[in-house]
Amino acid sequence: MKLTDISNDINEWFNGSGPLADIVISSRIRLARNIAGYKFLSRCSNAEKAEILKKLRDVLMSLELGDKVFYISVDKASTLNRHFLMERHLISRHHAFGKGPRGVVIAQREFFTAMINEEDHLRIQVLKAGCQLSQCAKQINHIDDMIEQKIDYAFNPRYGYLTACPTNLGTGIRVSVMLHLPALKMTGQIEKFFNAARDMSLAVRGLFGEGTEAASDLYQISNQVTLGISESDSVSQFENAIIPEIVEYENAARSQLLSKQPDILDDKISRAMALLQNAHLISSQEALFLLSHLRLGINMHEHMGASTPAIEKLRTLCDIGGDADKAHSLSIATINRLFMLTLPAHLQLNYGKPLDPTHRDALRAKIIRSALNQDTPQKS
Amino acid sequence: MQCQICDKNNATIHLTEIANGTRTEMHICEHCAAEQGIAVKSHIPINELLSSLLAVQPADDELSGPSEQKVSCPNCGFTLDQFRKEGLLGCPHDYEIFEKSLRPLIEKAHNGKTTHCGKLPSKTPQDSKKQMHILNLRQQLEAAVQSEDYELAAKLRDKINQNEK
Repeated sequence: MKLTDISNDINEWFNGSGPLADIVISSRIRLARNIAGYKFLSRCSNAEKAEILKKLRDVLMSLELGDKVFYISVDKASTLNRHFLMERHLISRHHAFGKGPRGVVIAQREFFTAMINEEDHLRIQVLKAGCQLSQCAKQINHIDDMIEQKIDYAFNPRYGYLTACPTNLGTGIRVSVMLHLPALKMTGQIEKFFNAARDMSLAVRGLFGEGTEAASDLYQISNQVTLGISESDSVSQFENAIIPEIVEYENAARSQLLSKQPDILDDKISRAMALLQNAHLISSQEALFLLSHLRLGINMHEHMGASTPAIEKLRTLCDIGGDADKAHSLSIATINRLFMLTLPAHLQLNYGKPLDPTHRDALRAKIIRSALNQDTPQKS
Repeated sequence: MQCQICDKNNATIHLTEIANGTRTEMHICEHCAAEQGIAVKSHIPINELLSSLLAVQPADDELSGPSEQKVSCPNCGFTLDQFRKEGLLGCPHDYEIFEKSLRPLIEKAHNGKTTHCGKLPSKTPQDSKKQMHILNLRQQLEAAVQSEDYELAAKLRDKINQNEK
């Protein structure tokens, strides 16, 4: 299995499907675990890290996950490959650029990844499209049980699963969702969302996790409290209180745009279309920003029946391929595909060699132009 | 939305409190929030937060023997000084060695909670599972007393007594 086998398409949890997918792009649950009888990683020598890595790798590769799994040695991977894994959310920035022997086990359909020797010995995660946190929780619990049959975790009755950082102590669970909130941003209410999230003890992060900016109006929110609250309570707080509330905020902002500020909405969508259809050089940041507005337009039509001049024009783009040729018509899946495939590492991996920023901007613009103008089928 | 306190400004701060399954909401403006002493937290890097929390702790009582501040873990050689710098512990054992110093920090990071509640490894020895169960019951008891639900508190106390036999 090579990375180029997966690099020319989006992963299945990013295809725009699943419950509440117009706002909740994807759901993720990860568990932090350490093996009993070993020091935490900051105190481990490289030899100890290699021992932990081998032990966990053998266990993980033998799991019955209902999908092929493959292993990538992160410390030996090229910088480009590390960036690629990060762009696909298969590893974290910390893991990509950490120190010492470390690796990642990935299910081919990318619903499961296990980072070995990140901040803790083991961090397993399950990802699904749309709002599917309960399903993620069920699956990761099962995988965790299977691992535990073969390995003893560091655990203490008072503090639960012991982690290198006391902030992950207890269940070691991180429940998170990736949200698309363009209307809150356009109506100047995004600060409200930040404040509400903070008041609910949630962390808000950008697209690529800790320390990254929110690109394309995508935000990740996650729990911070892991001690004294069970896994199921953490998940149900998200499903029953947090997510419905934010979805309501965003939907209210979308309705407000439609009823009170249709010109602002149409201006953003029309500009995004014009630039994406015509630009010859486009940076990753700009592309993400503009594609977000197209995604908003399509979702507002599909989920709210919105019909403004710009949305109607956008729809003609959507229908170009015709029903018989769905694969080439503009859909949320196509937008997300353009979104992911034009990220710098994806672009270069699919091109076959490293490119300087200007060449990347030209190639990105070309891919987007051909997808939106439909003169030639999109080549990837 | 108008601020629920002054009824003039726009409510930009939204408090949601979930206690025992009941959700209460409050929508207020920043001005009133400041007056009520509700801090709008800004983003602080985790290791800064951790070390500032450790720093404000009073030093150990001189009579209580060797201070945790100077101890190093026999298992991994870790000291609290290193924790201040890195924000990460050296080994699982550190949670016991530095318990006194870490406790307030753990409490702060987890909204006042100090006891695990949730999944247990299936291989946990029976008695520690039981110990866990009792710890959980105690936490519930504390909450029941606080909310003045004495009927529930009495039931929990009986349960704890039964389990401890």
